[in-house]
Amino acid sequence: MAARYGRRTLVCEMDAKGALANAFDVGPLEFEPTEVAPNLHAMAMNTEDSLREYLRLFVRIPFLGRIGPLASTFDFVADAAPGVKEILGVGKLCWEVRERNYDLVVVDAEASGHIVSQIGAARVIADLVQVGLVRDQTQWMLDILDDPMRTGVAVVTTPEEMPVTETIELLARLRAETGAHAAAVIANRVLPAVFNRREQSIVDRLDDAMALLVDAVGPGACTVLAAARLTESRRSTGATHLDRLRNWIADSDDVVDGLPIITVPELFARASGPRVVSLVADALTDELDPEPIGRSAGGKRHE
Amino acid sequence: MNDLDNLLASREMILVAGSGGVGKTTIAAALGIAAASRQKGRVLVLTVDPARRLATALGLDEFGNTPTRIDPAAFSDAGVKVRGEMWVAMLDTKAGWDELITRHAPDAGIRDAVLANPLYENITNRFVHSHEYLAMEQLHDLHARGDFDLVIVDTPPSRNALSILDAPGRMVEFFGSRLLRWLTVPYRSRLFTMASKPFYQVADRVLGSRFLQDIADFFVLFQAMEGGFVRRAREVEALLVDPRTAFVVVTTLETAPSHEARFLARSLVERHMCLGAIVANRVLPEELAGGEAADSAAALLEQASGSLAASIAKQLDVPVKHVRAVLTQIASRFDDVALVAARESDRRSELAAMAPTMVSVPWLEGDIHDLAGLGRLAGYLRNP
Repeated sequence: MAARYGRRTLVCEMDAKGALANAFDVGPLEFEPTEVAPNLHAMAMNTEDSLREYLRLFVRIPFLGRIGPLASTFDFVADAAPGVKEILGVGKLCWEVRERNYDLVVVDAEASGHIVSQIGAARVIADLVQVGLVRDQTQWMLDILDDPMRTGVAVVTTPEEMPVTETIELLARLRAETGAHAAAVIANRVLPAVFNRREQSIVDRLDDAMALLVDAVGPGACTVLAAARLTESRRSTGATHLDRLRNWIADSDDVVDGLPIITVPELFARASGPRVVSLVADALTDELDPEPIGRSAGGKRHE
Repeated sequence: MNDLDNLLASREMILVAGSGGVGKTTIAAALGIAAASRQKGRVLVLTVDPARRLATALGLDEFGNTPTRIDPAAFSDAGVKVRGEMWVAMLDTKAGWDELITRHAPDAGIRDAVLANPLYENITNRFVHSHEYLAMEQLHDLHARGDFDLVIVDTPPSRNALSILDAPGRMVEFFGSRLLRWLTVPYRSRLFTMASKPFYQVADRVLGSRFLQDIADFFVLFQAMEGGFVRRAREVEALLVDPRTAFVVVTTLETAPSHEARFLARSLVERHMCLGAIVANRVLPEELAGGEAADSAAALLEQASGSLAASIAKQLDVPVKHVRAVLTQIASRFDDVALVAARESDRRSELAAMAPTMVSVPWLEGDIHDLAGLGRLAGYLRNP
């Protein structure tokens, strides 16, 4: 959506699962960004490449040829030492923001359990590492991550029990453990209400008229009615969970208060690929009604 | 004959795997009830239950690391017939690690030094897929103690389902790694080595020698426990391919979870682990995708504004315009649902080809929040 509005945008996938490449229907994405649509660049995070770039930019290692074994050994440090892997990923993205290479950096972050460690990595490092280059590098990242004008976390959920519960936990943890600010909750795949209350009471009583229906439209009438009821039941269950989220947001203190919940309707289309990306972008555009180009500030958005 | 029922009777350990949000925890609990309804004996469900909802559904305020028995009276109150005992325990990573350290530490001094190390909590929370390893480790422990006839493990949600399969191997690999060896050589000789190896110079510059030293101190302590840890991790690894163990992969028939389930099923086969069954959860009724329903929906759309609406309105004694609106909506929305059902049916056959048993659980009204609901679900699992 941002790219359609003319903003130079980078989308980065953090978990290397290839879903982003699928979404744009391009080959495997690499660390080096690829332009997948006008103004829209996509990349996949990779700790080794990030380390390579980091060393080149900050440590000015002269022996790049020997970095292969170095990086694989470093991988073990990164696995063992808290926050090292995360900081390399987040650091790369903050670097793109600082250098203003893009108007907007969108990060498809890891699952909600991991994102707090990603965003919080800079702080963990600052606490744990007393000296050294990594420590020196954390402050400017924190400046970017903690600035609500530059970084916003968009928490994506679906109207189901677990996702809503995880969203609530994530919002609470973001506030407690990081300096980052939640910008919005996006509720995806929301079913629209089909019947008003009066109509619903008719739907509930249609069994009494089943003989008439079957006579008129055939034996499949029961299934057709069952489908309508199933959809309605799913919708109302989902609505209950979204209400729970809405109430939680309303009841929490001023940091999360007023956090918008943006809804994207269930599309009944294929669940991946450029077509769906385009439809969701349409839905978001309708919902957000963005200002024309050039008005909003450059920023960075997670997830 | 139902193979899932037989699986519950013949195996001693069942690992329930799948991507997050597909109802894995609920299915694991329902499998436990199914096993307890099938026959006598003691069944334990070891869960991660991030939402703490399972405890409520089971009628418990909360449950922890220690197995808790579900009150038989609670089952009979809910109208669920069980012949065996059902126990539940919660996977507690922190407590689990403390227990491991206590078990493997050669003496009290090392044990206390590790437990008090400031990096300990941080590292155990993060490294080598700590949660997954702990789940495997606790399974091994419970199985070895011999208190239960069947242990069902609800595996922790992870971004990559494979990490649970590879966790014990990675633990072994970690102890043998060059990094650990380097970190744990005495500081003085490391200084000497460092001078000759550019890597150490870089690592030192990037991370700071103080930080490296902190890590090193921790791992020197940790290495004292290497023997016990490695032996244990190998035992846990062996348990995964043991013929008494089977995996049940849970998924919905949506794109991403079923993709993950297929990947997981293939990976299990590659690793010579036993895929016992695939459970497709929250499935739409298959007849929604059928031609009969589609024909009726099309006919309904045509007749919604005609005499049909009038006669229904008369029978129900409601205004005809509301009936028209209702019938039109029902008919025109049908295609959306039918499309999803058709796609689900397609994925179901793909998945069914990958496992000896495939069970579909229908989307039950609302979420399951009590023992009766779990009992119904167990019924579907036993007699789909």
